[in-house]
Amino acid sequence: MLVLALDTATPAVTAGVVTLNGDLEVLAERVTVDARAHGELLTPHLLAALADTGRTLADVDAIVCGIGPGPFTGLRAGMATAAALGHALGIPVHPVCTLDAIAAGTEGPLLVTTDARRKELYWATYDDGARVTSPAVGPPATLPAAPARAGTTLYGDVLTMPHTGVEHPSPAGLVRAATGQLDRPARPLVPMYLRRPDATVPGTRKRVTTP
Amino acid sequence: MSLVLGIESSCDETGAGIAKLHPDGRIELLADEVASSVELHARFGGVVPEVASRAHLEAMVPTVTRAVTKAGVELGDLDAVAVTCGPGLAGALLVGVSAAKAYAAALNVPLYGVNHLPGHVAADTLQHGLLPSPCLALLVSGGHTQLLRVDDLAGKITEVGSTIDDAAGEAYDKVARILGLPYPGGPPIDKAAAKGDPEAIRFPRGLTGPRDAPFDFSFSGLKTAVARWVEHRERDGLPVPVEDVAASFQEAVADVLTAKAVRAANELGIGTMVLSGGVAANSRLSGLAAQRCAEAGIELRVPRPRLCTDNGAMIAALGAHLVAAGTRPSALDLSADPALPVGTVSV
Repeated sequence: MLVLALDTATPAVTAGVVTLNGDLEVLAERVTVDARAHGELLTPHLLAALADTGRTLADVDAIVCGIGPGPFTGLRAGMATAAALGHALGIPVHPVCTLDAIAAGTEGPLLVTTDARRKELYWATYDDGARVTSPAVGPPATLPAAPARAGTTLYGDVLTMPHTGVEHPSPAGLVRAATGQLDRPARPLVPMYLRRPDATVPGTRKRVTTP
Repeated sequence: MSLVLGIESSCDETGAGIAKLHPDGRIELLADEVASSVELHARFGGVVPEVASRAHLEAMVPTVTRAVTKAGVELGDLDAVAVTCGPGLAGALLVGVSAAKAYAAALNVPLYGVNHLPGHVAADTLQHGLLPSPCLALLVSGGHTQLLRVDDLAGKITEVGSTIDDAAGEAYDKVARILGLPYPGGPPIDKAAAKGDPEAIRFPRGLTGPRDAPFDFSFSGLKTAVARWVEHRERDGLPVPVEDVAASFQEAVADVLTAKAVRAANELGIGTMVLSGGVAANSRLSGLAAQRCAEAGIELRVPRPRLCTDNGAMIAALGAHLVAAGTRPSALDLSADPALPVGTVSV
């Protein structure tokens, strides 16, 4: 099974080609850390990774797509790409939580955090790569203690536990996190925003004259 | 013959249209599917970018799916994909651009990143056929108020004038709020105005002084003038004649838009005018434009309301013009450009 893996929920633009024939093998990957280039780089990265393997999009059997949580605009670049690719190629798109992909394959208890901006982090806790608490968003000081952390290195002054060195989801992590999903019908591709849109219902109109 | 998918997501409408380019250059509309998030924005009194972007992601594939079904074609039959890459809301544009790149890559067809504004002009060619060169376009919507000289839809478009502050449609929304009418303000003001006296109140015509830029527009002062007039009535304990205010406001907007457009056509020696954009559906604007163009001997073309508002059909039509002209397609590292200049028809 040839799987295309992608994620745009962190500053990394992650794209890779993975085979799953019993073992998981990453055939090619392109990862660029540039939080402002998700929209530009993702499709070229996917095509470049495929070209490295001598395959084309027509050879792909399934897509695994990170669904966040992550900054909204970048996240949607990846999800819109995955949804359209799945539609056009007639193949399933399997959603995985981006934090799960960062935790995939790790051992022991782990806190995974990614930058949620506004001085907050998206986070979830894991044990041996399995999720223990649901993804949430909050200030660094409110996060639970853990013997190790992965994901963003931000707020090292608050989160003082050792970092595993894995900052972004990798194609292998994405596909590993989808284990058990790939041989079933794809679940709905729904983003994990964890925050409501910033919008306030306007109050009374401001007067232009003095009463 | 070429089948072009057009994708639009610059504001609050997710559009997918399919146009067929015939060997004789004629462009035929096969499908025009739109999913609007306008109702989600109503209680906020304006488009909330994040709400619009979320709705685009949700609606994109279902809207393209409906367009393909409606056109009676398969995705694999498509020969090109065109997408609005600007101007518009950054987060909203990015959803359409990302999806369009993926469709183009998966179908192995050329991608055209196009400008939303000439798209509004191209919409008219779906109904009234190819445009003469040159023609003048008056684009009036909630986000744009532009006067364009169109020499070639596929390449040469020049701005003649534009609003220096609010778009005309934005003024409608703000005045509707002053009058306690719902959002979006265009239809309720048009309806109220039908029963009012357009000459009841003489609201100012922005930028019509002898030293003002002859072809630019300003609607911010008009909106404030309406607010001031209404507040004075309230202060004096008098009822606000909503229908007269609506009619007089609408008259001021239609008067200044059509007067400047006709003057521009005359000065530039252009005999054909296209009126498009969401506000083109306004009865007084289209009525006064028809009257003044007829008096000036200018042919006026106004697409039907469905083609005037944002949609994917107009982007498919513009894409078809680019295919016909042999324009170089966009690279797959295309990005959204919220401030794409109007002279850049394709990227």
